[in-house]
Amino acid sequence: MKRSTRTKINRGILYAILLVALGLVILLADWAAIKENFFDVAVLETLWPEIVTVAAKNTIVYTIISFVGGLVIALVLALMKLSPIGPYRWIATSYIEFFRGLPALVVIIGFGFAVPIAFGWRPPGGTIGAGIIALIVVSAAYMAETIRAGIQAVPKGQTEAARSLGMTSSWTTVSVVLPQAFRIIIPPLTNEFVILIKDTSLLFVLGVAASERELTTFARDAVTTNQDSSPLLAAAVLYLIITLPLTRLIARLERRTQRAR
Amino acid sequence: MTTPTTPTTAAIEVRELHKYFGDNEVLKGIDFEVAHGHTVCVIGPSGSGKSTLLRCVNLLEAPTSGTIIVEGIDITDPETDVDAVRSRIGMVFQSFNLFPHLNVLGNLTLAQRRVRKRSKEEAEEIARHNLDRVGLADKIDAYPAHLSGGQQQRVAIARALSMDPDMMLFDEPTSALDPELVGDVLAVMKELAHEGMTMMVVTHEMGFAREAGDKLVFMDGGVIVEEGDPTEVLANPQHKRTQDFLSKVL
Repeated sequence: MKRSTRTKINRGILYAILLVALGLVILLADWAAIKENFFDVAVLETLWPEIVTVAAKNTIVYTIISFVGGLVIALVLALMKLSPIGPYRWIATSYIEFFRGLPALVVIIGFGFAVPIAFGWRPPGGTIGAGIIALIVVSAAYMAETIRAGIQAVPKGQTEAARSLGMTSSWTTVSVVLPQAFRIIIPPLTNEFVILIKDTSLLFVLGVAASERELTTFARDAVTTNQDSSPLLAAAVLYLIITLPLTRLIARLERRTQRAR
Repeated sequence: MTTPTTPTTAAIEVRELHKYFGDNEVLKGIDFEVAHGHTVCVIGPSGSGKSTLLRCVNLLEAPTSGTIIVEGIDITDPETDVDAVRSRIGMVFQSFNLFPHLNVLGNLTLAQRRVRKRSKEEAEEIARHNLDRVGLADKIDAYPAHLSGGQQQRVAIARALSMDPDMMLFDEPTSALDPELVGDVLAVMKELAHEGMTMMVVTHEMGFAREAGDKLVFMDGGVIVEEGDPTEVLANPQHKRTQDFLSKVL
């Protein structure tokens, strides 16, 4: 048998398996149940426009606040971790290891309920504020490691050139090392942003006012009210609308970085 | 701050310099001088310590022991303001080390503004003047990645010159360049030497040493084996190690 014929037969078998599997799914799926539970137009209509103007908007706002806050703390932690002073390094390492080792949900519950109850702490922005602080605290731990790696990826010659021009250590960091480090870590930071978008769904455990609900809380509430799962699918679609362009962007940025090398 | 020293005309004076990397003694007691306005070339096989000696002069490497006096200031004194000393010593690296995130103008003005506290206008004027000196006035808006190696190295020289340094250190400035690009960089360096800049050059370019050098120093194994007038040392080396080295490179 010719090699090309054998390849053709192999391909044919693979396509046949695929068609059989697809056929089984179509035959065995309970389409009536799927339509009723996930595509109930009447239920979906009740969600509009709040699912976008309140829920999706809150998801994005919470993500951005957590990301910016986390980034600032992460930068401090990264610089501490690279400090020549031992105790600074130890504190930063402990922080990073501690919060990377915990589930984000545990930290959110800690800040949302445990800390306020234990110390009578009134978080800025109420319970949802406590939840966002928890996300800041957790994302800072992850981003600190990313920034540290970025700083260390800047060639040593850059620091030497800046120092030999008489620039102080701080000015060298600010105007030579960090701008280059951030360029290197844009793809992993965007990835961290996407993870944060999804992590805002954990704020669901806090139970907040109607106007403060993000996508998951909003969808979950609508599911309970309507005894129908369509809102969950609507939320899923909105998550994808937000995250897919970003993951495409990361892929493009990574290709560009590789070309630049 | 300045340690009183015996009156000297030397721009760089190195006494009993030792440098260890771990247990490895790289410099084994160096005594060395560069007179004002002179160009001193340092040659030697790789691992001879010549680059380490150069890097000790602006404290990119910390000496283990010994004294280095630059323009009458003991830079090995812990009280000395290292940043201030470095800002008066121009340094040119083998790998150029231009700042890739800044264009040529940004590369030339950054330290002028941060360290010399010059105004934007003044810094730009000085940058233009020095770019002109190295023949790259038309590249002022270019980014380093878009320049050839030879152009990058000339920009690096202009960047160092923009700080109005008292002296220039060159660490194998042409070793990373394609052969056809070496000439442009050497031409700029010769011009500087003729203008009376104090220069210390670690190099493999014997032609440059002969033409522009006032003194040639041969190092091997962490010590200065031989030094003297470049033409004489190159034509008539006294020590066997110098003879062996020169017979391989010439």
